[in-house]
Amino acid sequence: MLTVNSISIQYEQKKVINDFSFSVEEGEVVSIIGPNGSGKSTLLKSISRQIPYQSGSVELDGMNMKAMNPKQIARKLCMLSQKNQAPSDMTVYDLVSYGRYPHKRWFEKLTKDDRDIIEWAIEKTHLTDYQERTVASLSGGESQRAWIAMALAQRPQILLLDEPTTYLDISHQHEVLELVRELNEEMGMTVIMVLHDLNQAAHYSDRVIVVQSGEKAMCGTPDQVMTTEMIREVYRMDSEVMYNHAERKPRIHLLRTAR
Amino acid sequence: MTKSRSGLIVVITFLLAIAAAVIAIGLGSIRISVPDILETLFHSTADNVNDTIIFNIRLPRVILALIIGANIAISGAILQAVMGNPLADPGLTGVTSGAAVFVLVIMLAKPEYTQFMPLAALIGGMLAATIVYALAWRRNGISPISIILAGVAVNALCGGVVGYLSIIYSDRLPSAVQWMNGSLAAKGNSVVSMILPYAIVGWILSFFAIRKANVIRMGDQVAANLGENVNRIRILLSILAVFLAAISVAAIGMIGFVGLIVPHMARFLVGSNYKYMMPMSMALGALVLLVADTGGRTLFSPLEIPAGILMAVIGGPYFLYLMRRSVF
Repeated sequence: MLTVNSISIQYEQKKVINDFSFSVEEGEVVSIIGPNGSGKSTLLKSISRQIPYQSGSVELDGMNMKAMNPKQIARKLCMLSQKNQAPSDMTVYDLVSYGRYPHKRWFEKLTKDDRDIIEWAIEKTHLTDYQERTVASLSGGESQRAWIAMALAQRPQILLLDEPTTYLDISHQHEVLELVRELNEEMGMTVIMVLHDLNQAAHYSDRVIVVQSGEKAMCGTPDQVMTTEMIREVYRMDSEVMYNHAERKPRIHLLRTAR
Repeated sequence: MTKSRSGLIVVITFLLAIAAAVIAIGLGSIRISVPDILETLFHSTADNVNDTIIFNIRLPRVILALIIGANIAISGAILQAVMGNPLADPGLTGVTSGAAVFVLVIMLAKPEYTQFMPLAALIGGMLAATIVYALAWRRNGISPISIILAGVAVNALCGGVVGYLSIIYSDRLPSAVQWMNGSLAAKGNSVVSMILPYAIVGWILSFFAIRKANVIRMGDQVAANLGENVNRIRILLSILAVFLAAISVAAIGMIGFVGLIVPHMARFLVGSNYKYMMPMSMALGALVLLVADTGGRTLFSPLEIPAGILMAVIGGPYFLYLMRRSVF
């Protein structure tokens, strides 16, 4: 579905991402984790073309993304940033309808089909009662759902999420991640997300990629990746990890900074 | 803000601008009643005194005020979307003074090339916009505060050049003073016919720019994510905004605050969707400048206050009011 072939990213003289490769299969949820400054967000932004990479390539459905035009990409891939701000008077419905933009030419109006998709996206994100409210009046979790609804209306095959839970309180964090998982399971949407919280990454992903100093430190299923050794090595933390092999979702209990 | 209500407000504002235009034609040292104006406009008889006043003096001036008010307001509305900054307007970003410097060079130093004034204004405005972008550009986009700082720098630079020119050519300065203050006085049909074709082109392009403005106001990342080439839109829309401001400067000089305040008023009245905001800015800009110009020429009669000065006097306090309400 998406293949990253040894990309390197450099700011001025500093290498931020070094010879990084991975691939994501259709229908997978993949989390990218790593400490601050490891380059995980940079990696995601380079896939979504917000940050240019100096070497390597990214292939989407077997096509080099540099050879695709922006609209073509927008119909397949959608990236949601950490924090988004809608104009203060924009309603949820209007925001979500922007998702249809890449599918329209300038003279085309929204059709019945577009409206059906918009309504479906609003319903999927449980915002039906809020659709006439302004996005600015919603709580953090609701507004994040509204932006996800916009992404859904875009009907992408791949959804990229850059720390979708950072600015939310705990219950809203899980609400958003449960929604992501639900979309993945019901529609087979492929998801790549950057997460901070190890437990959330372990709980909600099929695979986890660990980034350390711009390089791929580890990659595998949560129970392969989440080990006390990895956490000491990458995060400099002592921890206990409880494995539940039936579910393959380890639970991480952080103890103290490693000495 | 319901859509039908916004649409209605836009239509009403257009009608108000037309009504204000008819009334403004009647105001002045010789008053003409509205029925007489309509009579003259639609059943012109060449031997009528009103006919001369209306067609040679008042009508061109009223039309010019409408055109230029619309131009500057649209220019401000576009810049605010493109720069993601509610303070962006052709005045504060230095576009107006960049255009003015180039026009002034022709006006004072090379008066024989007057016909190139619109072109010179365009070049000057583009140059100023380029400098502002170059100064305000950061790796991840344009920082709103640096746009304003860069605008301050460009304005200061241009102010210096204007000062220099007015010392060097102090003998020719009186002819330029009216223009520097943004006056619509003594502009005849020739100025109208010079600017109108350009303005119409600009308006048609702004109509096509609505959709792009609506996407780019969501921010660079969202726009890119929706499949837009953000830098290309930004450059094209900026050129359009500079074009509209520059032809206005070439025609009547510097008028501040219209480009800043009118889009704000428009947003307040019809919301931030450019489908309504753009035509609203156009209608409201036309109306506001017409009122400012008509007020300037009638309130203190026989003294005439340039519309630019009146706009600054009204615009400054309104601007402070907006700050108090923390719109920014």
